[in-house]
Formats: sequence, C-alpha cells, structure tokens
Amino acid sequence: MLNYLYVRCITAVIVIFGVSTLVFLLIHIVPGDPVEVMLGETAQFADTEALRTALGLHLPLHQQWLNFMSQLFTLDPGTSIYSKREISSILAERIPPTVLLACASIIIAISIALPLGIMAAVYRGSRWDSGAMTLSMLGISIPNFWMGPLLIMVFSLWLGWFPVSGNEGFASLILPAFTLGTALAALLSRMVRAALLEVLNEDYIRAARARGLSQLAVVLRHGLPNAALPIITVLGMQFGALLAGAVITETIFSWPGVGQLTIEAIQKRDYPVVQACVLLISLTYVTVNLLTDLAYAFLDPRVRLEK
Amino acid sequence: MNRYLSFPVIVLTAWCMLALSATLLSLRPDEIILQKILALPEWQAWLGYDDLGRPIADRMIMGARTSLLVAFSVVFISFVVGTVAGVFAAWFGGWWDNITVLIIDIFIAFPGILLAIALAGLLGPGIMNAVIALSIVGWVGFARLARAQTLTVKHREHVTAARALGTRTARIVFRHLLPLIMAPLIVEATFAIAGTVIAEASLSFLGLGVQPPDASWGSMIREGTRYMLVAPHMVLAPGVAIFLVVLSINLLGDRLRDKMDVRINDRNSQ
Repeated sequence: MLNYLYVRCITAVIVIFGVSTLVFLLIHIVPGDPVEVMLGETAQFADTEALRTALGLHLPLHQQWLNFMSQLFTLDPGTSIYSKREISSILAERIPPTVLLACASIIIAISIALPLGIMAAVYRGSRWDSGAMTLSMLGISIPNFWMGPLLIMVFSLWLGWFPVSGNEGFASLILPAFTLGTALAALLSRMVRAALLEVLNEDYIRAARARGLSQLAVVLRHGLPNAALPIITVLGMQFGALLAGAVITETIFSWPGVGQLTIEAIQKRDYPVVQACVLLISLTYVTVNLLTDLAYAFLDPRVRLEK
Repeated sequence: MNRYLSFPVIVLTAWCMLALSATLLSLRPDEIILQKILALPEWQAWLGYDDLGRPIADRMIMGARTSLLVAFSVVFISFVVGTVAGVFAAWFGGWWDNITVLIIDIFIAFPGILLAIALAGLLGPGIMNAVIALSIVGWVGFARLARAQTLTVKHREHVTAARALGTRTARIVFRHLLPLIMAPLIVEATFAIAGTVIAEASLSFLGLGVQPPDASWGSMIREGTRYMLVAPHMVLAPGVAIFLVVLSINLLGDRLRDKMDVRINDRNSQ
C-alpha cells in the first residue's frame, strides 16, 4: 500500500517535470523569432533586444530551462508582455471565477447524472433505461461551443431569463455552468449506470432485498456507496476535460477566468501568459488525478489493508 | 436491416459524399450578394445567407470538406505513429518501453484539447498547423492502447511458436501481432474521428483553425454568434451538422465496439 503511494507520487513528480519542460519548449515552436512575433515587425531593435533579455531568450537553451524551472519553484511566472503586469497577480484575479465555474458545473453534472444513471440501472432494459442512455449519447455528442450559443439564444435572447455574458451574480453563472456540465453529466450518468449494474447483482444487495428493504433504500444505502469508487475515478479523470472545456465555455460567455485569459493571451501573442495558463491548468489536472488515485487507495478497504 | 446502423450510416455517407464531391458541385461559397446579407432561408438558398451575404448551404459543404479532411488526416497520422510507438515499446520492452510510457504519461497530463489550443496558437493559425497540433495530441491514445494490447498478445503461444520457428520479427509483428490488436485500435480510431471533428471545430471556433474566407463549421458558428437574434440560422445550420456527424460516429463506434470487442461480447452473453 505505502509502496504504491510512493510510486504514484514519484511518477507524479516526474510527470510534472515533463509537463513543465514541454510547456517551456512551447515558446520555441513559434515559427521564426518569438520576440519579433510578439512585438510585431515594426518593433524597434532596442525594444526586441530588451524583451529578449527580459525573457532570457538570448541565453543557451539549458540555461533558459533552468531559469524556467526556478521560476516554477519560486511560483513567479514573470510579467505579461501586453499589460506589463505581474502574471501572478493576473492569475490571482482569474482563478476564482474558473474555480466557481468548475464547481458549479460539477454540481450540475452530478445532480443530473445520479438520478439518470440510477434510473437507467434500476430499470435496466426498460424504456427509462434507453431514454436515459439516448439522452446521455446526445449530451456526449453536442459540442460546448454550440451548446453555449444555443442556450444564450433560447434563455437570454428569447426568454430573457439570464444575462448573455459576463460575471455578475448568480444568474450569469447558470448558463456557462450548464454548458460546461453537460458533457460531464452525460459521461457520468453512463458510469453511474455501469457501476450500479456491477454491484446490484451482489449477494448483499439480494440480502438487503430479502430483508424487505424498499427498492430506494437498497439502491441508495447499499448500492450507491459500493459503486462510488469507479464514479469518483471517472469524475477525477474527466476533470481535465472540464478544464479544457472551460477554455471554450469562458470564451463564449466572456467569463473572466483562466480559460478566457489563455485565449486572450494567444490572440495577443503574450506567450509568457500562455505558458503560465497552460502550466497552471495542466498541473491542476495532474494534482487532481493524483488526489483521485490516493483517495481511491484510501477509501477502498481492499486497497488500504493490502500488505 | 439493422435499425441502429441505418441512421448513422446515412448521415456519415452524406457527410463523406458531400465533402468529397465539393469540388465537383458548382458551389459559390465565397460569392457575396450584398442584398442578401443575413437573409433567412429561401428557395434558392435553403439555409439562407450569412453576415457577408454568402450562401450558407454552399459554405456548409465546404465546411464538411474541411472537417472530413482534417479528421481523417489527423486520425491517420495518430493511428500510424501511435501504433508504431506502442507496439515498438511493448515488443522491445526495457528502457525503450519506460521512456515511451513516460512520454505518454506527460502528454496525457495535458487536459484534452488544451495542448492543441496552445500548439495551434503558437504555431500560428491555419489548417495545416491545426492538423499538426491535433496529431501531436492524438497519437498518445493509440500508443497507449497499442502498447497494452501488444503486452497481452506478446506472450501467447502462437507468437512463441513463430519465434521458435525462427520467423523474422517484422513478419511476426505484421502476421501474428497486428491482426490481433487491430480491433480495439479501429474502435479507438472511430471515436477519435468524432473527437477530432469536435476538436477541429473548436480550434476554428476560437479562430485558430481554418482562416477566412475558407469555411469550417466551427468558424461558421463563431461568425453566427454575433447575429443570433436576427439570423439564428447562421448558428443552427453548422451546429446541427457537427452534432449529427459526431452523434452518428459515436453510435457507430458503440456498435463496432460491441461487435468487435470480445470481452464485452462475453459479458453480454452471460
């Protein structure tokens, strides 16, 4: 057990190193001279050289890499080329809205997926089952950059229930969270169904039924807790897709989060900000995956008690 | 006639036929008719006109071409590169395998399309760079699957027998290994096409894929979002197209998986 945890943590550290190196290399795939691309062709020689020195791009590659890594360790991603502000303070503004959006969409996804998946599993093979799974298939196939505009069209423009975009209070959170949560809800409901079907054939479920417990009590008290682990795993694995989806969803709704910042930075060719955002999102994802694995090991007595 | 197979097959055949015959049809995707700006669907242009007065139906067909070309080239490149890397790693094992697994782990640590967005953004917008960016992200899934499959097949008796008979490695791989690991890879490729259609449209939606005046379903949705109140057809038409194509591929993929995947067949027959 402890051995597994060590191996898992060491792997995560190596992966974090690799991810950071890849993000470091991103600026070097820019065709031509990245400094000239960032400042435009009309830039003065003195300006380009100043920026080159500021970014350390005149140094040999290994020196640049060491600088990048030390910046990472000291949590100092440098300054934005466009706004000349500290990237850390920009991120400090942008992270809370993204966390809020991600949490809201996870809550929406769970509250759709649980009833849908439970219904499909309990009434397996019935119309309810095929209906729920058709709904889930539709949810998986609808891209969020279409879902978002559709929701805006119906609920903001036609019905006028929610604001079109921006971040002003609770009402403006609903549509983006729903857009982002749809795909997760669809995948999760399939997982809930599959995980429940696995456990519903177990002896202890039959025993609970034999004791005369109601269908609901059997499923909620004896079925769901035992099916929770694979569901949590999928939730952890899908968190990355959620973060990537946030990039597009935030752009659609002008939601002032990290995702929108990423796209703005790409459009303004503010490469240090792009690197910081991509790194932040990826490292969050790696951490969540690690935590999911550790939680899995911790929650499951079969894994926990293994010598 | 299979009732599940018919709907996806019709949609996908239409998608491929329209995309491949786009150059043969007399389309005018770039023709601007100023009187028709944002005009609703009518007899001559059954999907209406966009914000520049271009016929949306013609642009939809060009968009079908874009998505088909990008999806198939990306999945082809990813399939070949990923399978070669995965089989190579599992077959030779040792350090080669460790390094491949590490690279796979690092690429998987980037959530979904984020790396593609960053790559496409830094390489510069354009359809070629979108294909490169999506392939760099796409090969990983195939490599992981090919590696896992090779590991299970590698020690089967028929492979050992072929080795004992002195068969060359290349022949073992092509005759005795690849045919056995192909089924799950083909299923993966099917879902990868659906994923790439969405990914290409996402990049184009963000302005990182196809550049104007060329059409992509993603960029058409992006242009349409500015005129949703007066011209909802601009957003609806390309969205429905992406949705139908992706839904069809997913349905077909599910069907293929049930048919080809032995493990799932066993479970169902119990």
